[in-house]
Amino acid sequence: MNRSPYLTDAPSVTSIMLRVLLALVPGIAAYVWVFGGGILVTLALASVTALSVEALMLKLRGRPIRMFITDGSALVTAWLLALALPPLAPWWLIVLGTAIAIVLAKQLYGGLGYNPFNPAMVAYAALLISFPLLMTSWPAPLTLAEIQLGFVEQMQFIFSGALPTGVALDAVTSATPLDYLKTQLTLNHSMEEISQSSIFGSLGGQGIELIAAGYLLGGLYLIQQRIITWHLPTAFLASIALIAAIFYLADASRFADPAFHLFSGATMLCAFFIITDPVSGPTTPKGKLIFAAGIGFMTYIIRVYGGYPDGVAFAVIFFNICVPLIDAYTQPRVFGHEK
Amino acid sequence: MNAIVNISRLLKDRLAKTGLSRFKGGVHPPQHKLESTTSPIRSVPVPKYLVLPLRQHVGNVSKLQVATGDHVLKGQLLAKADGQVSAAVHAPTSGVIASIGNQLIPHPSGLPDISITLESDGKDQWIERQALDYLAMSKPELLDHLREAGVVGLGGATFPSHIKLREDTRHPVRTLIINGAECEPYITCDDMLMRERADEIVRGIEIMRYLLDAEVCAIGIEDNKPEAIRAMREAVAKSEIAINVIAVPTIYPGGGAKQLIKVITGKEVPSGRLPTEIGVQCFNVATAYSVHRVVNHGEPVISRVVTVTGNVAHAGNYEAPLGISISELVQLAGGQAEDGDLIMGGPMMGFNLPAVDVPVVKATNCIIVPSAEMFPDPEPALPCIRCTRCADACPVNLQPQELYWFSKSQNLEKAREYDIFDCIECGCCTYVCPSNIPLVQYYRYAKSEIIAQDRAKEAADIARERNEFRLMRIEREKQERAQKHAQKAAGAKAETGADNAVEAAKKAAIAAAVERAKAQKAEVVAKNTEAVSPRVEAEIAKIEARRAQQPEPLRQPEQAQLFAESQEAEVTSASSQVESLQPLSKDKQPTEEAK
Amino acid sequence: MLTALYVMIGLALLLGIVLGYSALKFKVEGDPLIARIDAILPQTQCGQCGYPGCKPYATAIAKGEADINQCPPGGDAGVHALADLLGVEYKPLNAEHGEPKPKSVAVIDENVCIGCTLCIQACPVDAILGAAKHMHTVIASECTGCELCVAPCPVDCISMEPIAESPANWKWRYPVFEIKPERPVQKKSAA
Ligand code: SF4
Ligand code: SF4
Ligand code: SF4
Ligand code: SF4
Repeated sequence: MNRSPYLTDAPSVTSIMLRVLLALVPGIAAYVWVFGGGILVTLALASVTALSVEALMLKLRGRPIRMFITDGSALVTAWLLALALPPLAPWWLIVLGTAIAIVLAKQLYGGLGYNPFNPAMVAYAALLISFPLLMTSWPAPLTLAEIQLGFVEQMQFIFSGALPTGVALDAVTSATPLDYLKTQLTLNHSMEEISQSSIFGSLGGQGIELIAAGYLLGGLYLIQQRIITWHLPTAFLASIALIAAIFYLADASRFADPAFHLFSGATMLCAFFIITDPVSGPTTPKGKLIFAAGIGFMTYIIRVYGGYPDGVAFAVIFFNICVPLIDAYTQPRVFGHEK
Repeated sequence: MNAIVNISRLLKDRLAKTGLSRFKGGVHPPQHKLESTTSPIRSVPVPKYLVLPLRQHVGNVSKLQVATGDHVLKGQLLAKADGQVSAAVHAPTSGVIASIGNQLIPHPSGLPDISITLESDGKDQWIERQALDYLAMSKPELLDHLREAGVVGLGGATFPSHIKLREDTRHPVRTLIINGAECEPYITCDDMLMRERADEIVRGIEIMRYLLDAEVCAIGIEDNKPEAIRAMREAVAKSEIAINVIAVPTIYPGGGAKQLIKVITGKEVPSGRLPTEIGVQCFNVATAYSVHRVVNHGEPVISRVVTVTGNVAHAGNYEAPLGISISELVQLAGGQAEDGDLIMGGPMMGFNLPAVDVPVVKATNCIIVPSAEMFPDPEPALPCIRCTRCADACPVNLQPQELYWFSKSQNLEKAREYDIFDCIECGCCTYVCPSNIPLVQYYRYAKSEIIAQDRAKEAADIARERNEFRLMRIEREKQERAQKHAQKAAGAKAETGADNAVEAAKKAAIAAAVERAKAQKAEVVAKNTEAVSPRVEAEIAKIEARRAQQPEPLRQPEQAQLFAESQEAEVTSASSQVESLQPLSKDKQPTEEAK
Repeated sequence: MLTALYVMIGLALLLGIVLGYSALKFKVEGDPLIARIDAILPQTQCGQCGYPGCKPYATAIAKGEADINQCPPGGDAGVHALADLLGVEYKPLNAEHGEPKPKSVAVIDENVCIGCTLCIQACPVDAILGAAKHMHTVIASECTGCELCVAPCPVDCISMEPIAESPANWKWRYPVFEIKPERPVQKKSAA
């Protein structure tokens, strides 16, 4: 009988998700520029997989398919995963990853709004543990590679793993800057020597910093659109910068400078698109600050001391577990209450 | 962490730069106020029938003072306030009481309630009215007048005003705030009242200030009502007391009492407390107006200004007699509506009227006749995506998404813990929710469920106490009886014969009574005897069986008799009673079978 | 890899300690068990549970002699609350003890009542008023609806009347809305 308020003025979930996808576009454009068009294939593959798996799961669970398929959340998950995977990852890795994200991490927990963990990061972590080699072999940015693969050749590589005749795998891959940094450091090379390598750009990794700038641009758009708040990205970036600065100041020859950490790996993608997943994140302003700062801290620790080159996925999953606790202890002061 | 949050807040406040505070959150729904402010307040002809519910205010239902068939004059008392938290109801015109009984009332429950139906005699003849020289009266006397005149908060809360106007020695009111913010879309009754009757409102404020002895008086009006602000400024300039007319920023729900107090004074009313605790009291402008009518004209509250707007030809404000059917008002405004269509109140906090034919009551500030385009059906709800847009919009700084989760899963204790009772049901959260979740409906449900549970708990506590008291008393009486018995045993033993005689007499008396009752029953048809369904009979049999098995002390005839003894002074012998009871309960069986 | 693992384990431990500490710190000392069980029971004192009243039933539960699902007036919510308190599995109400019914009050037909006081003696909460040979009435606000007074009445003048819903005791309903992708086109609001 009574359904006041009769008025509403809210963007639909679909429009929010679409704007998130839109915000990814500058990053993707930079990605294509740096690594070639193969990423488009990866994105398409992930999208198709995500939508069909989601539809299948909804059908099995007896949920309305059209309503949930059109909410766009599966696409966001798929794109984020695709962007986090190494470019030129084999097609089955993409399909498998997307399926894990949608089926295991999302639908089995109850679908949209019920997943306690960030689906893309669950899939990423699962793949990283199962296929460490594939997940860490990155193609070199086009400008650095000995041989530049064209779009068709990239596609061939994704689907059949075949390189054009006469091209060795080494010729197209290279260590990522984070990787390189870690191996070189264990070989007792100093920071100055390491940063002379061509894979380093002026801020982060050569090329990767451009992509990071793209993500930053998209992220600012999201904040402007009030789809995300400033709390998460700011706290995350500040925490990484702060801890990196501390280490850097302590021993500049063994630790990279803060700018490098901000502009390499998945830092920017993480700051604006991954830790900002509303469903698996905290909801209170203070909680958001704690959550993001915690992930930043842990990401850095795993980067520097952990076995994996980039620790974002594990850090995010770990703090997803802490979300209820964080929320419970950071409830804001309610109007008319003492704090 | 706190520092960062605080700095950002400080910055925001700096930016405001108005000297006013702000509350967090709020939304800006489209106003739609222009439609109903193009023409002045219109008067409404007195209809043939007026329906006056006895529950038009917060508190006790008023006590009926008239009977069907009575002739009453306009302004005559029909039902008086029952206790302090209650308000009187008066006749809006002269006429005859046609009936008294349950009628549909404008209430979200859609349930009928006791109401007086008044048939107008067309003369509209007033009772004798007398203006009061309030400065010469004692304050309690003046408050009694307000109570008898049925003055309640006309902003929609309908809390009896005389209670809010009482001087509270513990919390003296320093600041008197008059609420002319009117933040809900579509509603313009306060706006029009301020434009047209600013002087009268100020007279009312003067009386209120006198009663409360407030040092500061302020009228808060949202800055989307420049005409009203101007009119009020002109009116207060003529007043002998200093009254501040403050233009407050237009933001929903800026007209909520606690929100307005925060904006004007910068202070927050503590949760679950009254504004007086921070030295503030807040009234609606229309309430001030009715105080003026009561005191300076001797007219009780028998009409109010109602905005009729939406899908009507002549949207506007109507000065409607209380009790007029809303359908008549809608017709007057050139609209049409079907049962269940109409909305009473604004689009943010109003509710669907159960029927078009319900009366205007003191809480009726606005009637919206919706069209399909105005308020489209909500989209189906998606799960909550925890986007916290609702939390950002909540003026009370709650976490609506958590409250939703707890209410939905009926985790009521948790909902209470997360301060669901601080929710003012403003609807901002629902307004901004991308998942179209009817959040407020969940909160209303959870709140009323918690209240019901609390009541049940209270009742259970009383029952427990009474039960314990009873058991204690039985125990005590048992001991007393044992004592008596011992004394008696020591005394005469030859009284048995006499006892038997008493017993026989008693038996006969009860049997006769049963006969009488049976005879009576033939006429009156007792409710649970004749025409009981077999199911009910089986039920009764079961209850009896249960009782028969019960090993508990209550069932022991000894105790039953003890109790009877204390009741029946004439029965002296204990044992005789026991026996007189036994055959009685056996007697019952034939009665049962006879049916 | 190993370091990351250590970090995680370390953090998990830390978290565990925090949790454990807060559990200890915020632990509430409560009433003795019987009183806490009794606080959940509805105090109808009807005896449907097979005990002479709520307190005896509470005692029996505390001793482990009685099950938690024997009190129909407490309803499903009551069983849930008991299960929560005692940390046992919820089980549906035992139908042997009766079905939950809408809350009612006893009403004495005053034309028929002969003033025999039998109902007064049966009422566990002294909710019936009246002297011998005078007509009796039920104080509706005190009546728990236990029905114990119905059977003893020799002239069957007591009936149980469900408490009607009125604007005063009315409750908001649980919002019902269906998740349906294709909505039938409605012209009017679903009022
Ligand atoms: S606005 Fe709606 S979807 Fe977003 S957190 Fe609040 S309830 Fe959930
Ligand atoms: S309805 Fe309640 S929870 Fe929602 S915004 Fe208003 S006060 Fe906050
Ligand atoms: S069944 Fe009756 S007596 Fe037993 S606990 Fe429930 S209310 Fe009390
Ligand atoms: S009046 Fe009857 S139903 Fe009510 S509490 Fe007493 S015995 Fe039970």
